Amino acid sequence: MKAPALPANSLRVAWAMAERSIKLIPRVPSTFFPSLIMPIFLVVSFGGQFAGLALLPGFPTDQILNWFIPMATLQGAAFAGITTGLGVARDLENGFFDRFLLSPARRGALVAGPLIGGVLRGFLPLILLTFVTIFSAATVSGGLLGWITYYVAALGMALAAGAWAFGLAIRFKTMQVAPLMQTGLFLAVFLSTAQMPLELIGGWLHDVARFNPMTNVLALAREGFLGEVTWADTWPGLVSLAGMAAFLIVFAARGMRKIIP
Amino acid sequence: MNQLEQLGALARRAIVNTSRQPASVVPSILFPLIFMSMSAGALNKATELPGFPQVDGFMQFAISATIIQGILFGAIGAGTDMARDIEGGFFDRLIASPVSRASIVIGRLAGAATLGFVQGIVFLLIVMLLGVTVEGGVAAIAMIAVAAAIIAAGVGAVTVSMGLRTGSSEAVQGAFPLIFVFLFFSSAFFPRDLMSGWFKTVASVNPLSHLVEGLRTQVITGVDIGAWLTSIGIGASIFALGLVLALAALNGRLKASH
Repeated sequence: MKAPALPANSLRVAWAMAERSIKLIPRVPSTFFPSLIMPIFLVVSFGGQFAGLALLPGFPTDQILNWFIPMATLQGAAFAGITTGLGVARDLENGFFDRFLLSPARRGALVAGPLIGGVLRGFLPLILLTFVTIFSAATVSGGLLGWITYYVAALGMALAAGAWAFGLAIRFKTMQVAPLMQTGLFLAVFLSTAQMPLELIGGWLHDVARFNPMTNVLALAREGFLGEVTWADTWPGLVSLAGMAAFLIVFAARGMRKIIP
Repeated sequence: MNQLEQLGALARRAIVNTSRQPASVVPSILFPLIFMSMSAGALNKATELPGFPQVDGFMQFAISATIIQGILFGAIGAGTDMARDIEGGFFDRLIASPVSRASIVIGRLAGAATLGFVQGIVFLLIVMLLGVTVEGGVAAIAMIAVAAAIIAAGVGAVTVSMGLRTGSSEAVQGAFPLIFVFLFFSSAFFPRDLMSGWFKTVASVNPLSHLVEGLRTQVITGVDIGAWLTSIGIGASIFALGLVLALAALNGRLKASH
């Protein structure tokens, strides 16, 4: 009888699964393509349609792209994370994931692999939007720290969204759960300061956005675009991001614990 | 059974089919309402901008766009159902019967138009319950519902042509974002006067801008026959184009199946 898998082996398994997730991008591009197109579409359509919002007294920037590029980037990175969840759902649907479950690999490694893959996938829309930022009218006045907070927020979102999608995939075991993955993300983002700063939001949405952790994550991604990076604006975003990611990883891991091949 | 009766039977089938699938109808009403509700909360302050039309709130401004959004959602269903008929073999049984070929398409579009008409009224009643005033009153509601039916049949014709051409419900669903691009590159959710540069040019030449603006006038200003006819004209043009595409796709599929 073989000894239980060692942590080092688990790392190798997780990395191999992440590598497979990346290799699937050129092999099944149609599943990943939307996460590249969607943020560009959001930047162009929101930046164009709502350009007038920057004229509102109290709006934190006079360049609307500084407001919408970080939001679109978080959406793109999150969608990249979700595509790994979709991959898991496809593997579960066609029975391929059962082979992983029957292997001696630790279940933690089987969760970690797709999540690492999701974060790596998140780099692609992030890099694309970095070029958009550099070659558009947007400015990162927060300098290097501004870029760092922007990257941390986006990659953290890819991780959290990947865990959300994985948790759903492992419970529903079908690709038909895709709309639920996307709707959850859409609601989390748009029930926050996605379109307007908190001070300018009215009614029930103001109360929801105030307590929605996405508001802090968006503030983290945006702070370098809107001015200097300060610790006071950074730590709530980091705490919210860590909290969201931890909660959703537990959600994914608990689903994994219950699954029977 | 004469042609009119065949058309009626196929239209009835399309309507019953839609009403028996709440999973496909509810999102076409619920999602646009959720999106409008969130946008109204977020963008209400924007109505204070100089150049923004005189409105009670953002919801009054956005309801026309919400109706069109709902219609786009619903119209995708017409194309998807046509593709499902092909995938499930019902289409083959239909063409083996002596039913008029055009009824296959037009019956489906009558179903889409009915759904559009109902959506128009339901959306307006819901926002009125939320406190939005339709300045044009009952006449405006009726005019918007009629326009919604024509637009739904038009967009439905485009998606039915996709369904007939591809025979795949997945392919029709895949075209969904393409249709939405037209809406987001228009003045549906924000006034053109507050746009600038190339985006304003694109929104100005996008027929959906004029279509939504024509309906919006009935809500925020009052009954305006000229603006309504503009919306109807654009809806009818989409319908004419969609019908030509759908009938051509039907002919292509019939030839291929012989």
